[in-house]
Amino acid sequence: MEKRRGNILQTIDKPAIILYLALGIMGWLAICGAGNSYLKSDILEFFALTERTGKQAMWMGISFIAGTVLMFIDKRSYEFSAKFIYAALIVLGIITIFISKDIKGSRSWITIGSFGIQPAEFMKFGTTLALASLMGRYGFKLTDYKNFLKCLGIIFLPLIVIICQNETGSALVYLSFFIVLYREGMTGIVLLSAISAVVYFVVGIGYEPVMFEQLPVSVGHYAVTAIIQIFAAGMTLFWCRDRRAAYTMLAANVIFSLAAYWVAVYLFAFNILIVQYALLVIDIVYLLLRARIGREGKLAWTAMFIVVSIIFFHSCDYVFNNVMKAHQKVRIEVLLGLKEDLAGAGYNVHQSKIAIGSGGLMGKGFLDGTQTKLKYVPEQDTDFIFCTIGEEQGFMGSTFVLAVFVAFILRLQVLAERQNDIFGRVCGYSLVSIFFFHFFINIGMVLGITPVIGIPLPFFSYGGSSFLGFSMLLFSFLRIDAEREK
Amino acid sequence: MNDYTYEHRKYILGAAIIIVFLVYIVRLFSLQILSDEYKSAADSNAFYKKTIYPSRGLIYDRNGELLVYNQPAYDIMFVPREIKDKLDTLELCSALNITREDFEKRMADVRNPRYNPGYSPYTQQLFMNQLSAEEFAMFQEKLFRFPGFYIQKRSIRQYSCDAAGVILGDIGEVSPKKLKEDNYYVRGDYIGTQGLEASYEKVLRGKKGVEMLLRDAHGRIQGKYRNGEFDTVPERGKDLTLGIDIELQRLGERLLQNKIGSIVAIEPETGEILCMVSSPSYDPHILVGRQRGANHKKLANDKRKPLLNRAIMGTYPPGSTFKTSQALTFLEEGIITENTPFPCHGGFVHAGLRVGCHPHPAPLPLIPAIATSCNGYFCWGLLRMLSSNKYGKVQKAMNVWRDYMVSMGFGYKLGVDLPGEVRGMIPNAQFYDKAYRASWNGLTVISIAIGQGEVTLTPLQIANLCATIANRGKYIPPHVVKNVENDTLASQYLTPRTTMASSKAYEPVVAGMRQAVLAGTCRAANLPDIEVCGKTGTAQNKGKDHSAFIGFAPMKEPKIALAVYVENGGFGATYAVPIGALLMEQYLKGGLSESSKIKADEMQKRIIYYGETER
Repeated sequence: MEKRRGNILQTIDKPAIILYLALGIMGWLAICGAGNSYLKSDILEFFALTERTGKQAMWMGISFIAGTVLMFIDKRSYEFSAKFIYAALIVLGIITIFISKDIKGSRSWITIGSFGIQPAEFMKFGTTLALASLMGRYGFKLTDYKNFLKCLGIIFLPLIVIICQNETGSALVYLSFFIVLYREGMTGIVLLSAISAVVYFVVGIGYEPVMFEQLPVSVGHYAVTAIIQIFAAGMTLFWCRDRRAAYTMLAANVIFSLAAYWVAVYLFAFNILIVQYALLVIDIVYLLLRARIGREGKLAWTAMFIVVSIIFFHSCDYVFNNVMKAHQKVRIEVLLGLKEDLAGAGYNVHQSKIAIGSGGLMGKGFLDGTQTKLKYVPEQDTDFIFCTIGEEQGFMGSTFVLAVFVAFILRLQVLAERQNDIFGRVCGYSLVSIFFFHFFINIGMVLGITPVIGIPLPFFSYGGSSFLGFSMLLFSFLRIDAEREK
Repeated sequence: MNDYTYEHRKYILGAAIIIVFLVYIVRLFSLQILSDEYKSAADSNAFYKKTIYPSRGLIYDRNGELLVYNQPAYDIMFVPREIKDKLDTLELCSALNITREDFEKRMADVRNPRYNPGYSPYTQQLFMNQLSAEEFAMFQEKLFRFPGFYIQKRSIRQYSCDAAGVILGDIGEVSPKKLKEDNYYVRGDYIGTQGLEASYEKVLRGKKGVEMLLRDAHGRIQGKYRNGEFDTVPERGKDLTLGIDIELQRLGERLLQNKIGSIVAIEPETGEILCMVSSPSYDPHILVGRQRGANHKKLANDKRKPLLNRAIMGTYPPGSTFKTSQALTFLEEGIITENTPFPCHGGFVHAGLRVGCHPHPAPLPLIPAIATSCNGYFCWGLLRMLSSNKYGKVQKAMNVWRDYMVSMGFGYKLGVDLPGEVRGMIPNAQFYDKAYRASWNGLTVISIAIGQGEVTLTPLQIANLCATIANRGKYIPPHVVKNVENDTLASQYLTPRTTMASSKAYEPVVAGMRQAVLAGTCRAANLPDIEVCGKTGTAQNKGKDHSAFIGFAPMKEPKIALAVYVENGGFGATYAVPIGALLMEQYLKGGLSESSKIKADEMQKRIIYYGETER
């Protein structure tokens, strides 16, 4: 260890650093594009500290210095101090709730002079270390429910603190740690359930009012039953590894569904949902029988999955239609794209889509965007920064930016996989998960795919705390990676 | 050491990342290359959310006379990017009658992010605001010479009366602080900052509407989006009808000219405020237009504080007007009866303490004691109450007394519908325990019996006392607004409250106040063929005494109850009584008689010198 300290800068992963720098520079240029008071002739104006670009450049400098300093803190120090860093950041987060000023309902900023700091951005760092240190302990098994509960505690404590700061968006980021848990052995059911729940809700409620052309049946309901059939078959195949059962079910379901549809459309109309539910019941019975014969518990669980799915979907449906108040329904409908709400929440997304759409193949050119210049897109240099890229750089530029981003995430995954202990791997995967979650939600939101959750795009969105926080995460992991034993 | 059971999951995760990436690329492709909907956006058409401002509610007086309305004003806007080098600065300066330095400063301010955080060279920026119609007309003729300059019409307040400035209040640009708190406002919006404009802001402002317009890349408006499907219509602000009688208000302000003081008149039955004068007053017209800033500064720096509404923000010792409340308390608590006499040997003399009184026959029972305003009588009364065995300790007695006072509307805000009301001061036992380290008795605090000492009230509270007497023990919290268009008043202005004194206790007090007008201290308040009841007050303070008067009329079914308070006016009879009499005559008879007009002119001309100290 001692010998290597001198050349730690040589063993650091160069592709990751290059990708990081590329993202940072592209991000800064995007902020220049989103700005509005600059003329091209005044290059120096970009660096004036009164301007957002200047402030961002300063924070980037600070981040780089902080990153360099972090290169001299070795892995053992992190392992040793993880708990303390975590605890200190949680305490800071709680203090923030009480001392921060109320900025449009959010209590997450500590202001020092004219600069604001968001402790929430650093709590990810603490949570990563705490999780890695817990899971890296000798003999740790995630399948032990006590250990699993500890992990949940580490993840949910900062999440709750941040919700108390009224920053729901930032809080949701902590859900990305479940990806880490999955990699470390948490049963896939958890992720599958979460994904299925979202899919049922979005598809079922979203397409509920849409009817088949010739039949009085809701497309949403029908689609959900079909999705449950597919998920069940998928589980049987990939999880139970019972190929025969999977294919049998899939074939039977598809054939009978299509047949029922054909009969209903061409012979006599009837409610084809009945057939769908009948098929699901048959699936359940079939899985249970097969589970009993083959003494295979996983098949029984799959049957259980179908039952729970049906119950879940119907209760969602009931809650949405009978329990929720009108304004709550409207928010969800806007979120699902059922209603255009141009004057309210839908405005941002709509403007953002127009800005991106107007970019075309090659874009309008750096600093020549008009949609963003005329301030059509709110939050154009923070959460909606990708609009500027879409508008000014066009399809080519945006694709390039996305590609660099994904390359960066995948490179981090490679680094995470090459760690030779769990501590390092958990650190790495935490990074992968956090960056991926931000990428997934932020870009999806700007493109009108995911709901509008206000979280930044790392290295792009204007904001010093976020840039510094992400850089610290990255550099501490790169140091850990650099000192691994080959 | 390493567990490879879950090794395969790295492929699942990697695949998920790549799938998301591909989905986004496809989405980008469809948005940027395929989509027809956004092809039209490729011509750079875009939405512009234009706010349509509703007209602010109008304000009428109780007789339907229009007091406040809206008038157009014109702001000069410019788009920095469009003017660049093409501007003839000298010509512009002469057209707007400003200096070159002024021009440079305005330009610098617009670009300064501290004053103008939303600056963009592509959108309209404010250059100069609130041009009058005449100034606008002059400038518009030359507007074509200044490309990049535009005129934006706005609506500001205008007044049809020269009185009630401090009640009507004022609108101004919304502050950065308010902007943060309330999402309704955007920078440059007007908001009520003082008086009724502030307290009824939400009623008066109405609701903004939105027009969804299409604009091209240069910001030019191309028309409505989908024929206005997403537009919302603005809702006009609601009109207010005040309880104020503007003629009465005007007379009140006239009579208090060159004096510092306050008048509040209330309609006893409804609690509506008929006039609320705070002197020195100002003409609301001077706060409109381009001179607004300079005039506002002048008012704010005036030593006599014309912007302060003394009727609700000033606290004064009520003096002898307070004796009525004492009489009620003593009667209700059985400390005295109507016929109980107390001695007065040139005042209250007991245990080495002396509170002076003017010469009058003694001993007196209650009614003549009120009529002559005998200090001795009420000091004895309070001493008897505070040392009564009925309560055990003096502290208990004191707090019973305090409860009576609070029930009459003292010591707490009455909740008038104007901003900035203060609560005045009614001491309680704890207060004296602290002040005298628990060693005190009725004698220590005796001066509160005659409205001196620790007791202070706002003129509004004094007027409200008069209204409760006129109503024989009931009052509705006083309020300025009588009626909100298509809406009801807040329930507190509709529900009567009762004092702790029964209506029976009020009769001798009313009789005493009637006697005061007929044969007592306020004979000058007597009006032919109207039964006026009144009570003077002469409140001691550091300088010359304050002159006070409360009065209501007619005695049966009173229509007006008022309080007049003139700072350093001397005896109550000197200033406050004649002013009160004139106001009652004006309101009840609808005008002044010839002889009263002469009296009013004389009163208007009388000056009280206050020196140069800040008030």
